[in-house]
Amino acid sequence: MSYTEKQLKEELDNKSYEFGFVTDIESEKAPIGLNEDIIKLISSKKNEPEWLLDYRLKAFEIWQTMQEPKWAHVKYEKPDFQNISYYSAPKKKKELKSLDEVDPELLKTMEKLGISIEEQKKLSGVAVDFVMDSVSVATSFKEKLGELGIIFCSFSEAVQNHPDLVRKYMGTVVPFTDNYYAALNSAVFSDGSFCYIPKGVKCPMELSTYFRINESGTGQFERTLLIADESSYVSYLEGCTAPQRDENQLHAAVVELIALDQAEIKYSTVQNWYPGNDKGVGGVYNFVTKRGICGYRSKISWTQVETGSAVTWKYPSCILKGDYSVGEFYSVAVTNNFQQADTGTKMIHVGKNTKSTIISKGISSGKSQNSYRGLVKIGKGAHNSRNFSQCDSLLMTDQCGAHTFPYIECENSSATVEHEATTSKIGEDQLFYCMQRGISEEKAISLIVNGYAKEVLNKLPMEFAVEAQKLLEISLEGSVG
Amino acid sequence: MKELLVEIKNLECRIGDQEILKGLNLKVNKGEVHAIMGPNGSGKSTLSSVLAGNDNYEVTNGSISYLGEDITEMNPEERSWKGMFLAFQYPIEIPGVSNINFLRTALNERNKYFGKDPIPAKDFLKMVAEKSALVGLDNKLKNRSVNEGFSGGEKKRNEIFQMAMLNPKLSILDETDSGLDIDALKTVANGVNKLKSSENATIVITHYQRLLDYIVPDFVHVLHEGQIIKTGDKNLALELEKKGYDWLKTGNSIN
Repeated sequence: MSYTEKQLKEELDNKSYEFGFVTDIESEKAPIGLNEDIIKLISSKKNEPEWLLDYRLKAFEIWQTMQEPKWAHVKYEKPDFQNISYYSAPKKKKELKSLDEVDPELLKTMEKLGISIEEQKKLSGVAVDFVMDSVSVATSFKEKLGELGIIFCSFSEAVQNHPDLVRKYMGTVVPFTDNYYAALNSAVFSDGSFCYIPKGVKCPMELSTYFRINESGTGQFERTLLIADESSYVSYLEGCTAPQRDENQLHAAVVELIALDQAEIKYSTVQNWYPGNDKGVGGVYNFVTKRGICGYRSKISWTQVETGSAVTWKYPSCILKGDYSVGEFYSVAVTNNFQQADTGTKMIHVGKNTKSTIISKGISSGKSQNSYRGLVKIGKGAHNSRNFSQCDSLLMTDQCGAHTFPYIECENSSATVEHEATTSKIGEDQLFYCMQRGISEEKAISLIVNGYAKEVLNKLPMEFAVEAQKLLEISLEGSVG
Repeated sequence: MKELLVEIKNLECRIGDQEILKGLNLKVNKGEVHAIMGPNGSGKSTLSSVLAGNDNYEVTNGSISYLGEDITEMNPEERSWKGMFLAFQYPIEIPGVSNINFLRTALNERNKYFGKDPIPAKDFLKMVAEKSALVGLDNKLKNRSVNEGFSGGEKKRNEIFQMAMLNPKLSILDETDSGLDIDALKTVANGVNKLKSSENATIVITHYQRLLDYIVPDFVHVLHEGQIIKTGDKNLALELEKKGYDWLKTGNSIN
């Protein structure tokens, strides 16, 4: 065969991380370490109201009493929380009126990420709120959305301009007492996105945010709050890339979704943060709390394609509080080299006739460990509620691991809960079959994996589906050994 | 003067430490149909795998040349691009990948190799309609995942459909008749015959003479213990049908 192991390795080393570049922009950083003064500094830098500072300080107090969770099927060195800078903002020179005034370095970064604002404006259809490190630097389509009464802005702006909405809903789905990382986030969150869809409004475009960890040694703690008022609809896309770094970077976000009566939220994520190199050095720690709450006849749908991060700990969940509400979770999680992922969902059925669907597709390669962990809880009052779960695992090598930890707690006998699971190994015979038809090995792997993940990829909005397919291809290059 | 398509010289190969082919010689010219018959375990399927470049088999001696080029070390996809096709004895299922997406990818990869543009959707669909009619492939199967949930007959028909789409110079049919009822056999054979031309050649690997009633061979070879021990015309197949293989095994002479 002309394609040798050596060539494969060379190619992998060269291509290892497409987005491994660093933007050279002066940034303003808080001193490293975590204490009350730092939190006060963050809060004052952001000109926050008193109640928010109190919220942060209470969260910090609780966090100090908490222990890092140990139950996940991942191993990593505990981050040194005193060795992180908790605030980093690109230095602002003056107010910018047009794109021409934006730092050309920053524009270049966006172009490399394929989201130049000029292009976005022209192509339309997607409004981008770009988060560079901690501060949102460019927002488009705001006016167009404004006409419909839709608020889509950075979290900090929302605190300034819509404090009542933020105060009313923040922490209602993920309280700061929820878990270690949610508490940490609540104390030190830097920025994030805020979105409010008014009653009866169907948001006419996909809302999109790109996150990026840029400053070396900076932890990033975003907060996203998305409120869909009664009978409204929104589809929200979250895409993430990060530059290559040798030391591990901590990322602990909180995402709260609130779907009021008869509202629908579709939340899609494509995540390819730096996973570390092929020796397991570097990479992002991704410890995220994502949760949504459903009102009467409302629906929350999580779709995620996860290919990045060295360690992932993430369970986008739904609390199905309202009767007839619907929760969905569609996930593709890819791990390669030394990546570790412990991911899944929680579906908490509270209301009557609530329904949830879980489709999880794990793909493990290299020496990675990929776990699905899911909880389906049927409460006492959740009459006639239904759940269907399907967890599939695909193994690419014989050194990787796939694990499934499904938990079911059922307190109502009228409920129906179904769970299906499969594990398969990508077959040499499948690859040979493709190659005999003239499809090279790399292309064949991508074809087979995309076929395997099709059920989930089909749930992504069009523009994301293409990117996600490409991402799967890049993540699994040269992975069959 | 017939043009040589493929020449196998003194081919020896093994899988693990088990030797399977032990000095096999075969010449196939354009426009010819060769049948390879032989008892179980004689190396028939190994021969087809090695011709297609399956690297589970290690070639330890000898060579394969194809259109004058030594392809012994060539990878499977390149052999495919140059016009070699293997109809699998057990076609493989690829869940979630539609038959037509699979074929379009295959054709475009080949186009890329030859520096050509991807095939336009319209031309591709026209070709699909033509070729599926040729082998009587059910319309629904084209959009279903490759071979997933297909019946035995549907799988074999799908192989011949793929063969028609890729229009190979050398087709190797590995026990394409196994698992087919007589009607399906006729349809498949009919498809193969329609694809025959003076520019291509077919190697038919089979246990039974029955298929050769429909795909009439120019030569019949008997493979035994990794070597061709007898070569004849189509009548040899009839003789084998009556007498079995035992009468040939003792002589071990290469014709």
